[in-house]
Amino acid sequence: MSGILNSSIGRKFAMALSALFLMIFLLQHFAINLLSVFSADTFNQVSHYMGTFWVIQYVMQPVLIFGVIFHFVMGFVLEIKNKKARTVSYAKNNGAANSSWMSRNMIYSGLAILAFICLHFYDFWLPEINTKYIQGDMSGLLANGEFRYFEELQHKFVDIWRVALYCIAFVFLALHLLHGFSSAFQSAGANNKYTKGLKGFGKAYAIIIPLGFIFIALFHHFNH
Amino acid sequence: MNLTLKIWRQKNASDKGKMVDYKVSDISPDMSFLEMLDVLNEQLVNNDEEPVAFDHDCREGICGMCSLYINGEAHGPDRGVTTCQLHMRMFKDGDTITIEPFRATAFPVVKDLIVDRGAFDRIQHAGGFISVNTSGNTIDANAIPVNKHDADKAFEAATCIGCGACVASCKNSSAMLFVGAKVSQFALLPQGKIEATDRVLNMVKQMDEEGFGNCTNTGACEVECPKGISLENIARMNSEYLKASLKG
Amino acid sequence: MALDSKIPKGPIKDKWTDYKNHINLVNPANKRNIDVIVVGTGLAGGSAAATLAELGYNVKAFCFQDSPRRAHSIAAQGGINAAKNYQGDGDSTYRLFYDTVKGGDYRSREANVYRLAEVSANIIDQCVAQGVPFAREYGGLLDNRSFGGVLVSRTFYAAGQTGQQLLLGAYSAMNRQIGRGKIKMYNRHEMLDVVKVDGKARGIITRNLITGEIERHSAHAVVLGTGGYGNVFFLSTNAMGSNVTAAWKAHKRGAYFANPCYTQIHPTCIPVSGDHQSKLTLMSESLRNDGRIWVPKHMKDVEAIKAGTLKPKDLAEEDRDYYLERRYPAFGNLVPRDVASRAAKERCDAGFGVNATGEAVFLDFASAIQRYGKEQAHVKGLNENDAALVTKLGQEVIKNKYGNLFQMYEKIVDQDPYNTPMMIYPAVHYTMGGIWVDYNLMTTVPGLYCIGEANFSDHGANRLGASALMQGLADGYFVLPYTIGDYLSNDIRTGPISTETKEFADAEKEVREKLDFFVNNKGKHSVDYFHKKLGKIMWNKVGMARNVKGLTEAISEIKALREEFWKDVKVPGTNEEYNEELAKAGRVADFLELGELFAKDALNREESCGGHFREDAVELDGEQKGEAKRDDENFAYVAAWEYKGEPSDAVLHKEELEFKDIELKQRSYK
Repeated sequence: MSGILNSSIGRKFAMALSALFLMIFLLQHFAINLLSVFSADTFNQVSHYMGTFWVIQYVMQPVLIFGVIFHFVMGFVLEIKNKKARTVSYAKNNGAANSSWMSRNMIYSGLAILAFICLHFYDFWLPEINTKYIQGDMSGLLANGEFRYFEELQHKFVDIWRVALYCIAFVFLALHLLHGFSSAFQSAGANNKYTKGLKGFGKAYAIIIPLGFIFIALFHHFNH
Repeated sequence: MNLTLKIWRQKNASDKGKMVDYKVSDISPDMSFLEMLDVLNEQLVNNDEEPVAFDHDCREGICGMCSLYINGEAHGPDRGVTTCQLHMRMFKDGDTITIEPFRATAFPVVKDLIVDRGAFDRIQHAGGFISVNTSGNTIDANAIPVNKHDADKAFEAATCIGCGACVASCKNSSAMLFVGAKVSQFALLPQGKIEATDRVLNMVKQMDEEGFGNCTNTGACEVECPKGISLENIARMNSEYLKASLKG
Repeated sequence: MALDSKIPKGPIKDKWTDYKNHINLVNPANKRNIDVIVVGTGLAGGSAAATLAELGYNVKAFCFQDSPRRAHSIAAQGGINAAKNYQGDGDSTYRLFYDTVKGGDYRSREANVYRLAEVSANIIDQCVAQGVPFAREYGGLLDNRSFGGVLVSRTFYAAGQTGQQLLLGAYSAMNRQIGRGKIKMYNRHEMLDVVKVDGKARGIITRNLITGEIERHSAHAVVLGTGGYGNVFFLSTNAMGSNVTAAWKAHKRGAYFANPCYTQIHPTCIPVSGDHQSKLTLMSESLRNDGRIWVPKHMKDVEAIKAGTLKPKDLAEEDRDYYLERRYPAFGNLVPRDVASRAAKERCDAGFGVNATGEAVFLDFASAIQRYGKEQAHVKGLNENDAALVTKLGQEVIKNKYGNLFQMYEKIVDQDPYNTPMMIYPAVHYTMGGIWVDYNLMTTVPGLYCIGEANFSDHGANRLGASALMQGLADGYFVLPYTIGDYLSNDIRTGPISTETKEFADAEKEVREKLDFFVNNKGKHSVDYFHKKLGKIMWNKVGMARNVKGLTEAISEIKALREEFWKDVKVPGTNEEYNEELAKAGRVADFLELGELFAKDALNREESCGGHFREDAVELDGEQKGEAKRDDENFAYVAAWEYKGEPSDAVLHKEELEFKDIELKQRSYK
């Protein structure tokens, strides 16, 4: 077991595990966001629960942040190693002949997502932390006595440029997932009779989830 | 056909190397790619120039010696063939063809289009075998029945010719398809299961030490592999490796 | 020197066992102090290197390729014979022995062949234990197929890549010993001379093909497993690098060269398409299990097919000449290789060749497709009279059996063999002749051994399909490791062999001088120019059919070409770098000598036997009219040639062949 993270396969496996974790998180995030389309009240209640329940806040949140950072850092480490594995590049290379754009550009779609996460943290997470843990307001209420979550959400999607940025980021997320989903299973050593079905499911996941996020962003932009 | 060739020329391992243009004419579409290079070399020798060095031997697609990167693809644009089986009918009169060596840090250029694939041998030394004495006192062959499905899969993995097209095609110069095929062949057979743990750990360790990149599952190797070795073998190696790591 | 084949006494079935029981052995502690050089890493060399290392000797192995795994054994397709009798169809050691001697047209040494048949079964056990993935049946047991010239199914196979799988098996055994430090592997090294000290082989001189460095390597014994010399014909199914140099240098140092004229011309190769061609591609003999060979009966149809106005598949059955089935009803399309090749040549010489060059016959799968298709339709309960369905089902069966060969054919010829018959023509494939060895596989130079295709021993004048792999592995795994111990047991007190001796210095100097000559010669023509010319002479005059006039001409033409070569060869570049032209020059120089000896041997052998067919030695009447006529009274011997300078001065030594266990008969496949 020792040194597994020093091996190429071990690193990829860790990449796959963190990816699977992040994909589950993404699903959960999407489910809650989707509530905002149907019912502001439900959305507020769930948001408040998530934002104040200690297991989520003190256990899951640090794990998630670690997962995100790990996934990125490991991604960079692997990228650097991969670059070193070919120091003289081809004069002519026809990558499109044998592999998808997504698979060859995970680092770029990943970087786009990283940039988006920074924006997203700036938009939501930092204000949350500020409100809850710096100002110490754990009530989740606005001055008028209503829950603040839905209100804040809608407010963010007023700006057309932010909605545009979000939509672009979700496109990159889709591209990242289109390769990443099945790739994670392959790295984890799963390639059997279920693989074909899993690949189809992965494609659906990679398209539906980001598309859903885009829908939510647009929905709030046009319905505030 | 008349063609323009852009060929990588590099005197030896320490030379910097550059692309050089050549022209060849009267190429028959029935020629193999290497026969076209023979024509060029004959022309160069007759003009007192140094011929282009390239690896080749069996010229029937099985020895795995030939190793050219043609127009941006390992073994050129055709599928399921090595360079020696690539025929000139795949190209058009007037085409410009770029010919480079397989590129990877683990495959240093020896001269022109020849690279050193010794890394593959060293990975095999680390564990690409079943430890059985060769002097004959083994049990009867039919005393080890093997499920046909497994035997066929093992055979498919074993058809790898070790040409290195997988490494050359991989954007990360990863050798996972090659190593995966070898690990799979033995992992699928009852004879190979006994030392499966040590084998996969040792071979992967050697692979990493040789400086190959990491597999990011682009699948380019499988597409370019002249023998159609499946990505399934990589997944099998991954799971073998992870199991072995937990055990060891 | 009189030839002593050192065949042990006693009944044939006990010879090997008795001999092994009484042979001298080297104890394990002493083996550590003994070095053995193995040149060539194909099935013979690779398996020998692995086994010797495992026994405890220090092995140095050499190959000119970039990895031992690339030796040309890898290209063998069809299979490997073994007298396992798993099919219960009456096979036995004796039957394999008998088939091999008969197939070799009674020109091989009985004791060697019997030993080969005896150890054959063990090879399969060994390879399975090593993880060689042979084809299996659904019950998990090994599958067999049948090959030309025999009446049982004894051929083990791994699709069309049996040679590859067996070589990778031997290579994996080598890898294990390389990993343990018992084999030192020298890739991209070419052997350029054998060094003799006090009359014994004690080392070799090599050239590092990357740096050009000339190196001396010493050992207590030297083993050559360097393959055949088919490339003397320029066009053959051999790899581009396959050459006679190692064997020829051994010959020049005193090893007799036996039966050089015995060459196998394989009947099912893809025809030559033009002057640019660099090599020929073989398609497995197994195709003849289902393919039927024919040419048109009438000249007008030949012309129409050549002109493209008639499609071969549209020619009516009664207008086709299935000449093998006509001439050899008992064996039909599965006659041995030499017979099939000559029959194709006979038809093409008569003008019935079906391609532009007139050198091709059809190999047709249409009836097999129909047969299998009907069978499948019947089994699946479908309509047996639906022609399209039957064809489709039949094509699927054929695809399963020969898919990779069909694909290869299509890539090369650009025709779809499922819908139009393949075109095939014989091509040089294997050389039964080679360095003369005794029962121990030792040459006439003490301490110099020769195994696999490089020696002459087991196949007589013609090799049966799937027997080359068997011989290579038998020699390397099971024979040489025993017999070499007998010789090395005298060397346990010798200590390391120094390379700082006059003998090594002289040999190295000679090698250097020749290399310097080539790079400084500045002649007019490239090496290939001469090689191609030599190939033409060999093919036209020393090829499938030979006569006194042609052979005499060939001898003088080759001699003249050799002189021209030494005057006019041009090799660019220097010695101190990777220089393929330089490497080729040395090889072609040796082919130019071998070629002449080859023709001389063919001229000497005034009979037809196996792959050697003399137009002046044919049956003149009776049922066998026109068939090869052997002359057992005058030629039942091995012709071993001693080097005396020019090939024309070579001295013939005869090893008379004794047949005690098999009656000499005319080989009939009628």
